[in-house]
Amino acid sequence: MNDVGLLTVFVLSIFVGFEVVSKVSTILHTPLMSGANAIHGVILVGAIIVTGHADTNAELWLGLAAVVLATVNMVGGFVVTDRMLEMFRGKRAPAKGSDA
Amino acid sequence: MNQTWVQIAYLVAAVCFILALKGLSSPKYARRGNLIGAFGAVLAVVVTLVAEPLDHMVLILVAIVIGSAFGVPAARSVAMTAMPQLVALFNGVGGAAAAIVAIVEFLSSGQNESTGTLAASVFTVLVGSVSFSGSVVTFLKLQGLITSRPVVFPGMQVLLPLTAVAALVLGVLVLTTTSTAIVFALAAVSLLLGVLFVLPVGGADVPIVISLLNAFTGLTVAASGFVLDNVLLLVAGTLVGASGTLLTRLMAQAMGRPLLGTLFGAFSGESTLGGGQASERPVKSLGPADVAVMLAYAERVVIVPGYGLAVAQAQGALKELVDLLGERGVEVSYGIHPVAGRMPGHMNVLLAEASVPYEQLKEMDEINPDLPSTDVALVVGANDVVNPAARNPGTPISGMPIINVDQAQAVVFLKRSMRPGFAGIDNELLYDAKTQLLFGDAKDSLTKTVTALKSL
Repeated sequence: MNDVGLLTVFVLSIFVGFEVVSKVSTILHTPLMSGANAIHGVILVGAIIVTGHADTNAELWLGLAAVVLATVNMVGGFVVTDRMLEMFRGKRAPAKGSDA
Repeated sequence: MNQTWVQIAYLVAAVCFILALKGLSSPKYARRGNLIGAFGAVLAVVVTLVAEPLDHMVLILVAIVIGSAFGVPAARSVAMTAMPQLVALFNGVGGAAAAIVAIVEFLSSGQNESTGTLAASVFTVLVGSVSFSGSVVTFLKLQGLITSRPVVFPGMQVLLPLTAVAALVLGVLVLTTTSTAIVFALAAVSLLLGVLFVLPVGGADVPIVISLLNAFTGLTVAASGFVLDNVLLLVAGTLVGASGTLLTRLMAQAMGRPLLGTLFGAFSGESTLGGGQASERPVKSLGPADVAVMLAYAERVVIVPGYGLAVAQAQGALKELVDLLGERGVEVSYGIHPVAGRMPGHMNVLLAEASVPYEQLKEMDEINPDLPSTDVALVVGANDVVNPAARNPGTPISGMPIINVDQAQAVVFLKRSMRPGFAGIDNELLYDAKTQLLFGDAKDSLTKTVTALKSL
């Protein structure tokens, strides 16, 4: 894609980003932060591409380090967010007695 | 690489990410949203692995396995109290990955890139490195490995801007010389910049910095999208950058201070830094049985949880207490301050873990009008968020909105000690005539109160 095309996507994405989280409730600030954190782990795609095209040893090993780090970010991020959200399993009857 | 179906798969992944963020805006769809996001990420990675003509495939797969072997157990086993620092750490490694990707791309084709692409690379190296070292410092602060108070040393006011300028100059030099050595120098200076940037932030402001660094990493990923001509990275990074920026602003507003004051306040003495000295003044303390009686015969009780609840892992005991009170006909609700705990929404996560229905959780603005008609305000391991000192000018937390527990008929604090809160300032309310304190570990105190309540 040409530079102007990329710029267009960039600018539109800013608006989408602002729009989708503008009404988020404070209840979900933590999972939102964590979920957004997981999403930028998709840099793994970039890490895989540069590593796969590495010509020198330096490029290869740096690239592999990036793959490891990006995987930690992405996989860990989604798992930890899921763990948080598991606790918001929707409405419960106002619990009576000792189910804690 | 530009086969149409790859681009379409990337489009699907980008839509998944938008749905993930959108889902996270409502508790009902949040978990499903996150799973959709994870699906999008996996789809993007698999498509890249299959469709790209890649060398070193085995090594790449091994690296992914190693990364998962670190990430999954860490995410699975982390305690709820340690969640904020883990998120900070994940964010940091993401920033590092983006910076390294930019460096590798520069090493392989830096000489042939357009100035625009080089500028995006420079941005990624600079901000990615700042995000990495800054997140590591944040992690160390939250983990208690270094002090959580703002760290300012003589000359720092000069060193910080100097380092920032040095990073910018090196960045420009990369553009003009395309020298490899200078790229590494840029990374090194940027790492230092990240440390200097986060060290002076302390107190209750650390969560805001996590969110800001999260937005930073998002923007580096977006810039990587420019460098690699990859639309998915561009969209995903920008989404995170924009949402992270918005979230950071919301959090700074909840603290009642502008973002710049949060970041650089330590230099002008305006940060949430107090003396940290415990006062010698007398307070009224009481036992668990007294607390049980007070609560049992109240009509309205408001519970204000704080970080102490998280530390003591007392959310289960707290819920048991609330359920017992509910059975006795006491009207109980939770007042949740937006920055209670160590990250925004920390208390909500914690209480949700104990299966507290989130309808019982009231936000600050919602609960404050109820407090004058509340019989007992039970403050569990919180301090700064109920400290009336915030209403007076000249204190480190001045201007921060608080939960007005001082307007309740009686106040009970469950505290470990007389040590001040995270912000390190004394709380006048502790010495007030209507305030009583139950000292001890929050879980222990609550369990004893529950026992006493059952025998009433």
